[in-house]
Amino acid sequence: MNDKGKIIAGIIIFFVIATFPFWFNMFLEKGPAPELVLTPQAKAAEKCVRETEFMTANHMQLLNEWRNSVVRNAERIYVNAEGKEFNMSLSNTCLDCHSNKAEFCDRCHQYASIEPYCWDCHIDNPKETK
Amino acid sequence: MEDSRRQFLKIAGVAALGMGTARAIDVVAASEGHGAQPHVRKGDDALTAKQWGMVIDTAKLDHERIERMIKACHSTHNVPNISAEKVGEKVAKRHEIKWIWETHFHNAFPGLGSNYMSEEVEERPFLVLCNHCEEPPCTQACPTQATFKRADGIVMMDYHRCIGCRFCMAACPYGSRSFNLRDPRPFIEKTNPEFPTRTKGVVEKCNFCAERLAVGQMPACVEASDGAVVFGDLGDPHSEIREVLREYYTIRRKISLGTNPAVYYII
Amino acid sequence: MLEYAIKGDKKYYGWIAVLLGLIGVGFAFYLWQLKFGLGITGLSRDVSWGFYIAQLTYMVGVAAGGVMVVLPYYLHDYKAFGRITILGEFLAIASLIVCMLSVLVDLGQPMRVLNVILHPSPRSMLFYDMLVLNGYLLLNLIVGWNVLQAERNGTHYPMWVKPLIYLSIPFAISIHTVTAFLYCGLPGRGFWLTAILAPRFLASAFAAGPALLILLSLIIRKVSNFDPGREQIQTLAKISTYALIANLFFFGCELFVAFYSGIPEHIDHIKYLFVGIHGHGVLVPWMWSSMALMILALVLLIPPITRHNEGVLAVACIMLFIGAWIDKGLGLISAGFVPNPLHEVNEYMPTFPEVMITIGVYAVGALVLTILYKITIGVKQEVRA
Repeated sequence: MNDKGKIIAGIIIFFVIATFPFWFNMFLEKGPAPELVLTPQAKAAEKCVRETEFMTANHMQLLNEWRNSVVRNAERIYVNAEGKEFNMSLSNTCLDCHSNKAEFCDRCHQYASIEPYCWDCHIDNPKETK
Repeated sequence: MEDSRRQFLKIAGVAALGMGTARAIDVVAASEGHGAQPHVRKGDDALTAKQWGMVIDTAKLDHERIERMIKACHSTHNVPNISAEKVGEKVAKRHEIKWIWETHFHNAFPGLGSNYMSEEVEERPFLVLCNHCEEPPCTQACPTQATFKRADGIVMMDYHRCIGCRFCMAACPYGSRSFNLRDPRPFIEKTNPEFPTRTKGVVEKCNFCAERLAVGQMPACVEASDGAVVFGDLGDPHSEIREVLREYYTIRRKISLGTNPAVYYII
Repeated sequence: MLEYAIKGDKKYYGWIAVLLGLIGVGFAFYLWQLKFGLGITGLSRDVSWGFYIAQLTYMVGVAAGGVMVVLPYYLHDYKAFGRITILGEFLAIASLIVCMLSVLVDLGQPMRVLNVILHPSPRSMLFYDMLVLNGYLLLNLIVGWNVLQAERNGTHYPMWVKPLIYLSIPFAISIHTVTAFLYCGLPGRGFWLTAILAPRFLASAFAAGPALLILLSLIIRKVSNFDPGREQIQTLAKISTYALIANLFFFGCELFVAFYSGIPEHIDHIKYLFVGIHGHGVLVPWMWSSMALMILALVLLIPPITRHNEGVLAVACIMLFIGAWIDKGLGLISAGFVPNPLHEVNEYMPTFPEVMITIGVYAVGALVLTILYKITIGVKQEVRA
């Protein structure tokens, strides 16, 4: 058992590689936080379905709750704390106001390296036949 | 040496499990935390029922009307047309997606006819679709409840939960379900932006136009049928559909299987 | 004990390399399937289950067949099987891995497979299939490893292993019964809707499993110093023979019920398999070959003089295995779907990518089996030394 040196060296190398995502960003120039563009419609509405901090952190959970409510319980109207009502639909409500996907949704998603597959079904179809 | 290494691994494993459980509990607890004030409700003009059902007066169906009905359904719901021109005849047949389609008596009702039937009925076009059975074998088969029977009787698809195992397709005694063997988007002729398309790898079928019922509209095929189809609540004894069922003799597909289909046919 | 698996000769590493190559190729085709969709297979709207699920169905039987070594030894004290129960258990592990991978490559949305656990559906047979397949895999891993380890250390296995061994016996029956229940509970599929489907599955499992075990035992005897034993192989052969008789008898019962009663719903699917309908009959030569293989295997297995000759026995086992595979794999699945519920005929044949992915899956199973058997042989050789 004279391999102690090699083993410890191996563990250290493994540790460095395994924690790469955590320390790599610390020492490098990050790009600026993404700047989101609101459509005139979104600006006029001032508040989204819920508060901005909530939407930024939890829009995916909200969409999941919306889907279960619409598909499983046949309930399609969302009433927020202020009593404002929304039709629970990604394509028809969210994307109606935020119709500028490339300057809104994509900006944060690209920054955080997320590729949601929502767009496989819930936006316009660029591959359409005609 | 042997034992203490094993001990260490055992303790590490339990510790990892314990730490993981704590995180999991935190995540679950947090998601419940954002206030009880927002709530959901049905729309004001939403149509509700105990069991939606349909009566098709087959004598009123001609090819032109049927084509209109199929087109109404398939275009509203972005059902792809995987045509022979694009992929060849064999592949087009294999990859076909259809929610409602035309067939003949002997196919819609196998075993029911005879060799001496009226020629007119033998040649008459019949429309078949998901029967939204009261005892659906498909929802029983689904291992994730991605397909399930809703409170209003509609057998729904949750395309997000579907794992594409196709057990429901094996279970359906009527062949009502289609599977997306490939990306459907290139084969959609005109996308309806108000209804999502589907992705490859999930099963789909007629949904009795749940999204239209929710805003007070009749299903697309019923509207396009121009009176040939009556749609309503089988659970309401005073509904039009119950009147029709009392007045006419109707048949349903494969009733001996006990599925109790909600689609009736007047011959 | 894992170190036995990395100490091998050139032929061993050559075989591993071949398997890794096949796995790589299969994986490449699978990546294509993930990108394009299941449309690269021969599956269709009508025949929605095909080659992949056929492998699940057949290999679940082979996995259950492992119980045919465990049961006589642990329940009935048939001491001779003591040296080869481990072979049965490890074969079960490899077969189950092939089963579960076959299901995984068949899914349209494999990344969502955990939904089966997140949303338990106690009325769905697939839910129970997931439970019992994983349960049986776990049982075999724990029992096999501990028993082998004890043999290596020259001790008796720990007492807590015993109840797990006893548990594995009903589990073995359950994995194949649940898999049969996937099919025989579907009201719309007349070919599968028969009470004898589960018994037929078990019969073909107890024929095919031991047959494969015999072949593997003969191979082990050739490539190593460990001899599973002549008596053991002969007992396995007897088990296989009776199970094959039962399998063919059950099929005969099916034929009688269908053709004597004359009910079209029952006749049509069998007709499709053996003579074709409406001019479609791509499986006809396959089914007749399958019957020929199984009957010929029986002709060689029944008379003791041919059964005792291990060369002839090997040929009989190969014929049995392939014949049962065609019948239970290709035949069973296709015939359930053809003709479709509207009495239309749309046939199915696997495509090249589909076959390559399947070969990749089998190669994974073969790799697991090779490694586990290498460890077993290593232990046995060391103990006998």
